[in-house]
Amino acid sequence: MNKNAWRELGLSDKEYQMIVEQVGREPNLTELNMYSVMWSEHCSYKHSRTSLNLFPTSGPRVIQGPGENAGVVDLGDGWAVVFKIESHNHPSAIEPYQGAATGVGGILRDIFTMGAQPVAFLNSLRFGDLEDPRVRYLFDGAVAGIGGYGNCVGIPTVAGEIYFDPCYSNNPLVNAMCVGVMPKHRLVLGKACGIGNLVVLAGAQTGRDGIHGVTFASEELSNESEEKRPAVQVGDPFLGKLLMDATLEAIEKGLVCGVQDFGGAGLTCALTETAYRAGTGIEVDLDQVPLREQGMKPYEILTSESQERMLMIVDPGKLKELEAVFQRWELSLAVIGKVIEGGKVIARYRKEVVVDVPAESVAGGSPAYEPESREPGYYKILAQHDLSLIPPPDDYGKALQGLLSAPDIASKEWAWRRYDYSVRTSTVQGPGGDAAVVRLRETGKALALAVDGNGTLTYLDPYAGGMMAVAEATRNLCCVGAEPIGITDCLNFGNPEKPEIFWQFKQAVKGMAEACRALDIPVVGGNVSFYNEVEGEAIYPTPVVGAVGLLDNPEKTCNIAFSRVGDLVCLLGASNVSLGGSQYLKTYCHQVAGRLADIDLEFEKKLQVLLRILITEELIVSAHDLSDGGLSVALAESCIAGNSGAEIELNNQVSPILQLFGEGPSRIIISFKPGNKDKVIKLSESSSIPLLFLGEVCGDALIIKSDGDIILKLSLGTMKEAYEEVFSCIMR
Amino acid sequence: MKSKVIVFPGSNCDLDAYHLLKDVLNYRVEYIYFNQKKINNCDLIILPGGFTYGDYLRSGAIARFSPVMDAVIDFAERGGLVLGICNGFQVLTEAGLLPGALYRNNHLHFRCEKIYLRIENNSSPYTMAARKGDILKIPVAHGDGNYYADPRTLEKMERNNQILFRYCDSEGNISNEANPNGSLSNIAGICNKKGNVAGMMPHPERAGETLLGSTDGLVIFRSIFKSLEKGRIER
Repeated sequence: MNKNAWRELGLSDKEYQMIVEQVGREPNLTELNMYSVMWSEHCSYKHSRTSLNLFPTSGPRVIQGPGENAGVVDLGDGWAVVFKIESHNHPSAIEPYQGAATGVGGILRDIFTMGAQPVAFLNSLRFGDLEDPRVRYLFDGAVAGIGGYGNCVGIPTVAGEIYFDPCYSNNPLVNAMCVGVMPKHRLVLGKACGIGNLVVLAGAQTGRDGIHGVTFASEELSNESEEKRPAVQVGDPFLGKLLMDATLEAIEKGLVCGVQDFGGAGLTCALTETAYRAGTGIEVDLDQVPLREQGMKPYEILTSESQERMLMIVDPGKLKELEAVFQRWELSLAVIGKVIEGGKVIARYRKEVVVDVPAESVAGGSPAYEPESREPGYYKILAQHDLSLIPPPDDYGKALQGLLSAPDIASKEWAWRRYDYSVRTSTVQGPGGDAAVVRLRETGKALALAVDGNGTLTYLDPYAGGMMAVAEATRNLCCVGAEPIGITDCLNFGNPEKPEIFWQFKQAVKGMAEACRALDIPVVGGNVSFYNEVEGEAIYPTPVVGAVGLLDNPEKTCNIAFSRVGDLVCLLGASNVSLGGSQYLKTYCHQVAGRLADIDLEFEKKLQVLLRILITEELIVSAHDLSDGGLSVALAESCIAGNSGAEIELNNQVSPILQLFGEGPSRIIISFKPGNKDKVIKLSESSSIPLLFLGEVCGDALIIKSDGDIILKLSLGTMKEAYEEVFSCIMR
Repeated sequence: MKSKVIVFPGSNCDLDAYHLLKDVLNYRVEYIYFNQKKINNCDLIILPGGFTYGDYLRSGAIARFSPVMDAVIDFAERGGLVLGICNGFQVLTEAGLLPGALYRNNHLHFRCEKIYLRIENNSSPYTMAARKGDILKIPVAHGDGNYYADPRTLEKMERNNQILFRYCDSEGNISNEANPNGSLSNIAGICNKKGNVAGMMPHPERAGETLLGSTDGLVIFRSIFKSLEKGRIER
């Protein structure tokens, strides 16, 4: 075969040699296409597998860890939660609406494929500077696409986060997470089990859309990327909803032995992965695949990424009943083959065998690389940046006002009110808080859900940034009183073949893994997105953590609002803060630099436990994690949410600028009624967690005093205007 | 009270209406599928929210051709109570059971938020347990909720007391700021001339439990119950 053939398909000479060895002959072009998509970074994780082994993936609650369509964690009471986060960055950079919509559709299928009823979506988004009209187009399109798919399928979008930085200008990040629940016994895996069982295709017809989408996602974006627009798929949420309802009914009635959705790499992935997992083979007739257009070649049928398709493994005796379930929604099924012995995937086209390859080789035979890693030059330089030279603001009030209207901090209501967050009537707490709370009607308990990541911090210190992402996501769950039970991660990085990028990746994964171990929380699934670069410029390393927690009683939860006049306001947790990597530095000095405040994971763990006790014992009224913008922003947000003012007195030991705008992990603002003061103090002392009295909820302005003088006074109206009206102005 | 919730392909608030009626209010309720031709033994039909047939053509435009709609129209013509919520309202206008039409929101965005409604008429079966001028806090979640009727139709509707709800602020003032979608004279819900068929864009079924933030939607279902009881006594 011509060398250019595999090189053009993104395979190296060495990889081609491995394929020849594993197949036992030279593959034909159709087979080579299958290898190309399955051995792409997106499907094979060839640059990340070794590092990902660091994550703890088991635990007493874990039913299914990484390797399946999604992770599964035990909720007790016979129920389980199924969740996963996935990126759709590259498609969204080219066609934001469809890129984001199909990201949502894809992650939805991953959840119901396992037998779980999806109950919530979350998302994590990154865009460039909104001054740029193309960035505004990408932002608007992605938000519309997320809503367009999620609203139509009737699953609420309950939480998310959005950040802006020029490093994401041409390479936005669109990470979508879906969460589902099911009775434990209903779990179905993506396995082609039972020799002689039928291989059945349901849903959309197969077209030429999205061919080689995964190889597109496994290279850097460039000016030519626009030409790859056909690699972006088009979603049909209406069909997605019907397919979801029919599939869940089929699983509930026990009509299928294995289910796999069509994601990246289409039919190739579905066939080889299901056979590989079950240790069986599959024989298919490509002429039986319903096509959207004539003249599609076998490799196109096998690698098309047309959306809304499912593969089911069905006992022949149950086919009629299965057809009846799908017929209710006017969906037809196509029997395209059967499960065979021998571990091979064999495909016929017009009676000729066009594919005959070992499933294990295609789905599991790719090489694992441990690329070279080198500390980037910027790392030490930025860490040594002298933060003592940062001048205090002339006017603290104006400084806070400016931060409240910074796009990273300002209310994202402009985006999230375009998502239906209350459908399914289970959203106890929707977007805008530290974590969403979704009640489980069947058990009377609730899920807490949060998604967090911070590219700036991870850029400055990938190891600490990785730890902080895990700590913040789980801390946010504790802020609503829930116990974290599992996480899923989406690791967004540049080109791993560059040693500096791979160093960022390894350091971040190491930090995340360490935090997971210290906080005793398993990683049950996730996704790696490399090659987030345009013309050699990489994004900030951006690991995003989707965290799931269990709340025994949804009535005993907390939000961020200062809602009762006279309540005491305290800072619970660490005192250690830094202006390094802070929003203050970014907004007022236009710098991303400095050392971050240290994180102590043992301390973090104690703080999270204490917080849950304070909430479940109903001792506190509000809890709000301090993150971007530090104490001043958190106080303002709690005031705005509760429509109340507060009077705060700073201590004299630390400069006001550091106290108000410094950022650091393991810090929470709580408010509670004065009568609970002694109990709160006692519990904090017995946990050895510092509790600093700041002031009380009162009036209709945020007033901050230092040394007896008022240094900041902002009325509720002023704060609201700054915080709430930014996006409707910018995006007009 | 025996109620039926119609399930069209793409309905997605069917579960919410069912749950409210059955688990919160303890009423009898069943699903009816879009391809069923008969509806028996029924006091109330609910057309729930969602995206029937993806709303790809025009909201509700395909669903109104579903086999079940003949039975719904027949039931309505015999005076049965039919309530369309959100997409169900759109289906009822497409089917000609309610006047007017629902355009794309004037700001062109889907909008999900808690809004306030003012009861404009408490003589209908859907509002009789409330007082005129009562303010309800109920969520909206739609992209096409911008109500329009031509001036003559609107004048007739006003004269016949067919406006059930208008969008208002928390004090009950009808203003542009309180209007989430550009609806003509802030109209959020209407009924037909006879009063037995009603449609509303806000979701009362999402405002039925304290845990979810509001129970203001319950008054609509209590009104329906009350009117049916009253009907029985009068009969």
